[in-house]
Amino acid sequence: MEFIMAIVIGVLFMAAVYLILSRSLLRVILGTGLLSHGAHLLILTMGGLGGTSPPVLADGVTDYADPLPQALILTAIVISFGVTAFMIVLFYRAYGEHKTDNMNLMKGNDEHD
Amino acid sequence: MINLLLLPIILPFFFAMILLFFKEKIVVQRVLTLIGLAFSLIVSFILMAKVKSDGIQTLTLGSWPAPFGITMVSDMLSVLLVTTSILITFFVVWYSFKSIGEERERHYYYPAVLFMLTGVNGAFTTGDIFNMFVFFEVLLMASYVLIVLGGEKKQLRESIKYILVNVISSALFVITIALLYSVIGTVSMADIAVKVAEVGQPGILTVIAILFLLVFGIKGAIFPLYFWLPGSYAAPPMPVLALFGALLTKVGVYAITRVYTLFFIHNMAVTHELLLILSVVTIIAGCIGALAYFDLKHIMIYNIVIAVGVILFGVAQMNDNGMTGAMYYLMHDMIIKGALFLLIGIIITITGTSNLRKMGGLMTTHAPLGWTYLVAAFGLAGIPPLSGFAGKLLIAKGAFEAGNAWGSIIMLASSLVVLLSVIRIFIYAFWGEPKLDATRVKIRYGHLMAPAVVLVILSVFYGVGTEWLVPYMTDASHVLLNPSTYIDAVFKE
Repeated sequence: MEFIMAIVIGVLFMAAVYLILSRSLLRVILGTGLLSHGAHLLILTMGGLGGTSPPVLADGVTDYADPLPQALILTAIVISFGVTAFMIVLFYRAYGEHKTDNMNLMKGNDEHD
Repeated sequence: MINLLLLPIILPFFFAMILLFFKEKIVVQRVLTLIGLAFSLIVSFILMAKVKSDGIQTLTLGSWPAPFGITMVSDMLSVLLVTTSILITFFVVWYSFKSIGEERERHYYYPAVLFMLTGVNGAFTTGDIFNMFVFFEVLLMASYVLIVLGGEKKQLRESIKYILVNVISSALFVITIALLYSVIGTVSMADIAVKVAEVGQPGILTVIAILFLLVFGIKGAIFPLYFWLPGSYAAPPMPVLALFGALLTKVGVYAITRVYTLFFIHNMAVTHELLLILSVVTIIAGCIGALAYFDLKHIMIYNIVIAVGVILFGVAQMNDNGMTGAMYYLMHDMIIKGALFLLIGIIITITGTSNLRKMGGLMTTHAPLGWTYLVAAFGLAGIPPLSGFAGKLLIAKGAFEAGNAWGSIIMLASSLVVLLSVIRIFIYAFWGEPKLDATRVKIRYGHLMAPAVVLVILSVFYGVGTEWLVPYMTDASHVLLNPSTYIDAVFKE
């Protein structure tokens, strides 16, 4: 199972890198979204899949899921959600000011020599 | 078990929340921000005295036993950094009153500054690697607000790059923590140190160590990863730039220092050698940048890169002198960078340009500014009685002891380049034919000068009072070089 997850994570990272490297701002946002999904799945996988019971203390339960990765993922999801929302607003604003969403047209620095 | 060490984190947070209710009342915002920062400063000084007398202070949240709960740890290094951060924020906020503009003040400038301080202090204080990620995000989120606040065309363009770089490095941070967790099975920093020592740092952990260097290197702007810094930092207005330059890169430097002295100390031939080489290359790259530009902001921004290199060069020596020197230089650099950014902010306000070629002759009309700038510039370069000297001396001494003569020669030579780059500003801006027209000469800058002058005076005292600061700096480097003191402090309860 870990092996399949590793491939899924790899595919997510691959798609994320491809999208982040593209010129359109919208694709870049999608890319960062996929990147954080990949990272979250990685935490889950790295904690070790398996464990048949929920991580609640009860008599006779020895094989329970690792609760820590779930807590970490929850935190990371909330953070990436907030950052993505901010990014969408910012990129939309930048699109309005610059009249383009093409990263190529936004590079460079106009002031210094 | 002591709650005191949470106060420098919670107080700015608390005041930031209160400020959100006073959107239109600018005077109330200013006063409350200063009060909040003053309280935080007092608390952090009390905490520093406490750490000095009683050793490392720890607090495990929710009273969970040590490796399971989130631990907050205040050792001498973190409390020194917390105090310096609050101090600099205080002066930058004071400077902002007359320079940031009412429009920005109305749009939550002060709350954003305080939220950022919350994140910075949290990142310095936390003893849990995932919690450090959370505090990184807190300070980054506030810094996104600060860098884009105002919504100028250039700001929008540069903040896209800034946010993208930081989002990617945050994802890398999460990935690195996940990999570390799979090998070690814990996220408490003290516990990680114990477990890494138990398994003797096999190859996989060395890889993770390099990944950490990559993650924090992006935040801290070390050699191949500083590419985003000059463009992004030049975009926001001066007070924001001063805050970023003084605080944000130092968080990355702190994180590298912590990780490379607490966790990964069993395969120094690879990890610390790499850190050493990268720090020297960082110094060289920064020097090239500092000399290449005729833009005030860019010259100073590349000086940040040089300083990061010098501090990490001291850390990479892993001996008493090098580490103590790095601690000295770290605090010195925060104070003097803050002061210099404020001063060149005044120059830009007066001349209306950041291009050196369009300035000249300010000495005839603005002599006090010129002399203050000169003292700060000498301080940055480390002319003996001033603050940069002691740190560089100790770092060079440590490097010679560790047998890295070539590196310390480059580091010392970089001082000359730093001196040249800042004196060039002095020569172009203050000497020569006056180029100001009559309306610009009349611009009043007394309100802006006050915080900058006080900060420069502080840095002079920091340099002259070196002897008095020795016990604090040796305490800080002692904990870094003896991770067992840190581990024992966390697990003693």
